[in-house]
Amino acid sequence: MIHLKVNGASKAFSGDPEMPLLWYLRDELLLTGSKFGCGIGICGACTVHVNGQPVRSCVVAMSSLAGKEVITIEGLSLHADHPVQLAWAQINVPQCGYCQSGQIMQAAALLKSKPNPTAHDIDEAMQGNICRCGTYQRIREAIKAAAEVKA
Amino acid sequence: MSVEVRFASRRDFLGGLFSTGALILGARNLPARNTPDLDVTKSAWNPSVFLGLNTDGSVIIVAHRSEMGTGIRTSLPMVVADELGADWSRVRVEQAIGDKRYGSQDTDGSQSIRDFYVIMRETGATARLMLERAAAAKWHVPAAECRADNHQVIHAASHRTLSFAELITAAAAQPVPQKSEIVLKDPAEFKYIGKGVPSVDLTDICTGRAIYGFDVLVPGMVYASIERPPVLGGKLKHFDDSAAKQVRGVQQTVVIDEAKPPYAFQALGGVAVIADNTWAASQGRKKLKIDWEYGPHAIFDSGAYKKSLLEAATKPQKVVRNAGDVDAALSSATKVIEASYYTPLLAHAPMEPPAAVAHYRDGKVEAWAATQDPQAVQETVAKAVGIQANDVICHVTLLGGAFGRKSKPDYVAEAAILSKKIGKPVKISWTREEDIHFDYFHSTAGMYFKAAVDSSGRPQALLARSVYPPIGSTFDDKQRYSDTGELSLGLIDIPFDIPNIRAENGPAEAHVRIGWLRSVANIYHAFGVQSFMDELAAAAGQDPVEYWLAALGSPRKIDFEAEKTKYENYGKSITDYPLDTGRLRKVVEVVAERSGWANRKPAKGQGWGFAAHRSFLTYVAAVAQVEVDTAGKLRIPRVDLAVDCGPVINPDRVKSQFEGAAVFGVSVAVLGEITAADGRVQQSNFNDYLVARINEAPSETHVHLINTEGLPTGAGEPGVPPMAPAICNAIYAATGKRIRELPIRKQRLT
Repeated sequence: MIHLKVNGASKAFSGDPEMPLLWYLRDELLLTGSKFGCGIGICGACTVHVNGQPVRSCVVAMSSLAGKEVITIEGLSLHADHPVQLAWAQINVPQCGYCQSGQIMQAAALLKSKPNPTAHDIDEAMQGNICRCGTYQRIREAIKAAAEVKA
Repeated sequence: MSVEVRFASRRDFLGGLFSTGALILGARNLPARNTPDLDVTKSAWNPSVFLGLNTDGSVIIVAHRSEMGTGIRTSLPMVVADELGADWSRVRVEQAIGDKRYGSQDTDGSQSIRDFYVIMRETGATARLMLERAAAAKWHVPAAECRADNHQVIHAASHRTLSFAELITAAAAQPVPQKSEIVLKDPAEFKYIGKGVPSVDLTDICTGRAIYGFDVLVPGMVYASIERPPVLGGKLKHFDDSAAKQVRGVQQTVVIDEAKPPYAFQALGGVAVIADNTWAASQGRKKLKIDWEYGPHAIFDSGAYKKSLLEAATKPQKVVRNAGDVDAALSSATKVIEASYYTPLLAHAPMEPPAAVAHYRDGKVEAWAATQDPQAVQETVAKAVGIQANDVICHVTLLGGAFGRKSKPDYVAEAAILSKKIGKPVKISWTREEDIHFDYFHSTAGMYFKAAVDSSGRPQALLARSVYPPIGSTFDDKQRYSDTGELSLGLIDIPFDIPNIRAENGPAEAHVRIGWLRSVANIYHAFGVQSFMDELAAAAGQDPVEYWLAALGSPRKIDFEAEKTKYENYGKSITDYPLDTGRLRKVVEVVAERSGWANRKPAKGQGWGFAAHRSFLTYVAAVAQVEVDTAGKLRIPRVDLAVDCGPVINPDRVKSQFEGAAVFGVSVAVLGEITAADGRVQQSNFNDYLVARINEAPSETHVHLINTEGLPTGAGEPGVPPMAPAICNAIYAATGKRIRELPIRKQRLT
């Protein structure tokens, strides 16, 4: 049995310890906000926070999560009011929206570690998150806007 | 997180949506000829099924097109609301199931606004007139003195108002007005059209609550993962599932019969592993041991195939446009310039791979799918499981990108076939590897151009040839030549004022399923034509934009009929939507001015490139600025796009489509390539099928919308075609290196 916290709630997992966190979140906890995009940790659609750090949940085995604290897009804010979410909505970042929960989680982690990122910092931090619709310009803009709110 | 709330299962959606006593512009008020069983696509006047008003004044507008990121689920309902005089905050948007009564729901071809803008306006205006007439009757005043606005009807002269809620019942009793009685709003009165409202899905997306095909949960569903024949047309010889069945969570395996040519939207076949969750299904599939018979397409080698396309393009082929006498002009020319171009197969790779749930029960199927075309789902699923199309209910989820892939519902057929075999709801969710191996690929093309130029360098004759496996091969496996429709995407409609012009198309056999990808054949045709024009400008020693405009000639509407050329014009009348070179000229002038083209001062290693192209009836000109460093690394600091798509309905969403098209264009130009060996696609995931990431995308994209009058045209696709040639022409300006093959990353830039 693996004990962990997901969005503040205690959970116990007794399935295949090799199962990636993403499928536990989606298929067992029905938290479908974290998306599947590649399954090998290179597109960022499944990004969640584990102990505050952004990780690709599609390649994090459940066996590595004992005692860890997982935050997903569903747990990022209570009222859709995390500065990154607000900036995303204000700038109308999403097109199809599928990658955006991963983008938002990645951006939230970036702003936590670097409250005032440069353009270069943003491109560095966000290049693991693919958006096939091509919303990158607005992602940059929204991160800057969120940084200003936070600062 | 109740499943039932997400997707209520109901066939009678009108009855389910609207409470009793509501004004339903639908079944009840439908003109007699439009009984629900009739195909309303044949009927131009059928506003009814899109709109309902409840007695509490709330307005429900049906979105019948699929939302894959264009904002259409917001934009079309917004048009209805504006004409209705509704307050947008009191409008609820409901996604339609697949049903012919809506007309076409095939959300591709950049046609949602151009085909439904007027219908949506008429829908709103019809209901508005009925509300106004109901108010007029209550007040005993002429209806012409009553005006609906902000969810109420106003009689200005007497300062009286009645809310929609107060009028619904009386309005419902009004006869449905004739089309001739409807007066559409003056654009000056628009509250939402031309201004826009935030996407109805915005908050759900930002909080992870938005539901895509991948996210559908149906009680009792099982998860399937399918091992398909690795080569198109391959057959299952023998398989051993004993190890697969040992995997924890695996329930059983099921064989799906192989598809037979033509493949169309059939399930490809293979061995499915059914399991308790996605992970167990995929782990079980990896343990299958299968012997395949590969079949005739195992000979496919993309390297040899490329050579054959390019070689065929240098030889005389089937003439598809012929004006003047190209051969005579070429043979008497003082100078002849020629060049060959090549573009590879591409995969769609939407961020959400194909996904669906289907439940076969009592001879009927209920499906939930990320689909661009729920009516195609109905037909495809019906055929796959041997029932009638109207016994298939298709609920449409949000689509996590699509780009044409999700117009082809083979994955929904898979779910339905499996559900029928095992008697449970089945979820299919493809991995990225499946998505890339088993796509309906964007075609690969070999092209050849030859021009005769006069002493001033101006083209007097142009021969344009393209050879590629056509989309038609997916639906008729004997087809080798392209349809006129596909040739009308940038080859037949070369817009330059050249006295002698001939276009030709050569045959090619497809070895993979060929499909349409965002902007389709325009991708390679615009790359070839717009690169070649830049070559001619360079040979003449002239500025590319000035040369291009001179070649375009004075503003005119191209008369294909006079040339006896068959041209399809995106399914629209050439009278209503002419190929107007004046509009093309205008976008070129705007992009040149707004980008600062005339005053450009690129430093060493920097270059500006230009291209312009009309597609989906929309005129787009692009200027790309590039930097190539000493190591040959490419950067794209800025892109300018000038766009004439007629009147703009939702400007922010149109802008976002073109911003996205610039990035998609970078993927096409710089990165994307599908290759094959022994009939197998060699790429598998985003590590080897590359798409643009944030650091590879243009640093800035400036979209300049020219809001013209007349009819709205396409927005989703037309930004893509000019991108690759603009980037390649910029690389030439920066380095002197001419790119004649995509992707650029395979070329040495230093």
